Amino acid sequence: MSKLITRRSVMAAGAAGAVGTLTTLPISMVRLAFGGTRDDFTFTYISDAHIQQIKGASFVRNWDMGLKRAVAEANLIQPESDFVMFGGDLAQLGKKDELDHGGEILSHLSSKLHCVMGEHDYYFDLGEYWSKLYGPQYYSFDHKGVHFVVLNSILTFDEWTFRRWPTAEQRMQEMAGLDNPNSSPFMVGEKQRNWLREDLAKISHETPIVVFSHSPLQKIYKGWNFWTDDAEEVQALLQPFNSVNVIYGHVHQIQYNQIGNISFNSVMATAWPWPYPQSYAQAESHLPVLTVPMNRGDPFFERDATGWQLIDVNSGRVAARYQLWDNEPRTVAFDHKQGRPVDLAFQEPTNRRLPQSHY
Amino acid sequence: MRRTLAVLAIGFSLSALNARADEFTKADTDRYQKEYLNVVADGRALWTSGTLGTNGVACGQCHPNAANTHPETYPKFQKQLGKVAQLFEMVNWCVRNPLEGKPLAADDPKMTAIISYVNQERRGVKLAPGTH
Repeated sequence: MSKLITRRSVMAAGAAGAVGTLTTLPISMVRLAFGGTRDDFTFTYISDAHIQQIKGASFVRNWDMGLKRAVAEANLIQPESDFVMFGGDLAQLGKKDELDHGGEILSHLSSKLHCVMGEHDYYFDLGEYWSKLYGPQYYSFDHKGVHFVVLNSILTFDEWTFRRWPTAEQRMQEMAGLDNPNSSPFMVGEKQRNWLREDLAKISHETPIVVFSHSPLQKIYKGWNFWTDDAEEVQALLQPFNSVNVIYGHVHQIQYNQIGNISFNSVMATAWPWPYPQSYAQAESHLPVLTVPMNRGDPFFERDATGWQLIDVNSGRVAARYQLWDNEPRTVAFDHKQGRPVDLAFQEPTNRRLPQSHY
Repeated sequence: MRRTLAVLAIGFSLSALNARADEFTKADTDRYQKEYLNVVADGRALWTSGTLGTNGVACGQCHPNAANTHPETYPKFQKQLGKVAQLFEMVNWCVRNPLEGKPLAADDPKMTAIISYVNQERRGVKLAPGTH
């Protein structure tokens, strides 16, 4: 069994790395950075559970166990993290039964839960049942001096959504296939961008911003929707702020990047890992050059290359501690000297492992 | 003599019925390619359908475009099996476990279709048998 991170081991991990987070920095530096208005806090991020109904009360055991394990471990964190984010794709085919079954597992979380919409939750009934369970599809909240924004980034063209498919089931199936050429590029859309502009107008440029989206708000590989079509327009709204972090799911693997003031971190899936797009030989893709890949997933270990993460934004920037169940945990944290996220162990090419070189 | 004539006659009639072994036309190669691509299409359908196993899970859920199957490295020593294995054995591992299904025979037309699809998505990558 992999080592479960506790408050003590979080602090030890931070202290061991060259890049500390405020958990490990002197209190005076916290005050310097935030004028004494903020407290230390962490939150837990669980994503991409893909709860899949076989029929009736029968669900795919493998995916159930991933989510159950993440929830159980998140509940063991002491002291409790301030809240839990669920990063989208709770269901596989957007069915009420799947959302209910996944929601039942998530209901065991002891911390407050915030949710992000994923395409697998959305394209059956356009998010109607999900919204009954989890509320608005985009919103913001403030917590201990940080402004958090949740976007629904998996929308697409109206023609595709409303007119192309004869049934809701088929629309969902077409979007559910990651590599399906009949699917359509994700986007935040004009309406939400206008909302975001207004929401951010009230916020000081010194306030750390954390944006949660399901898809990357950057363009990596269109063929698998590791992509948001209006990413540049959303980024332009975020660039004026001194410290912006985008945290996204969907990709089922560790990715990180820096574009101007914006740091990007992906989160792991609890269901299954995805290959890095460069392992598809027939198309060009653009994994951020900063990203050091994960070990290639070992199919003989059901939970390998899946997991969840403990995130702190104590420095105003994200430090993501990836709990990789059948792999050594990894920490990707913002390096203030270099102005970008780095992996605390594997960033230097000489420190990489053989299984990080993928076919 | 009569016997020799008979054999010659049979030989002649066979060659009249069939094209010579080492000759084929553009029409032939087009047909071969079409036959192959039909099987690839069958493989893609199986890969994405969720019907290979018993729980509705499809190969394509973990392997979009059959990525990270690296067919060019097989046969190779598969440490989890403790022996040199072929790609079809790995396909069957996935059919039995994540898909909770029954393994296919190596020459099952479904296996041929799957292997064809996997290789088609990896075309152009040089062979690297035995590597990891």
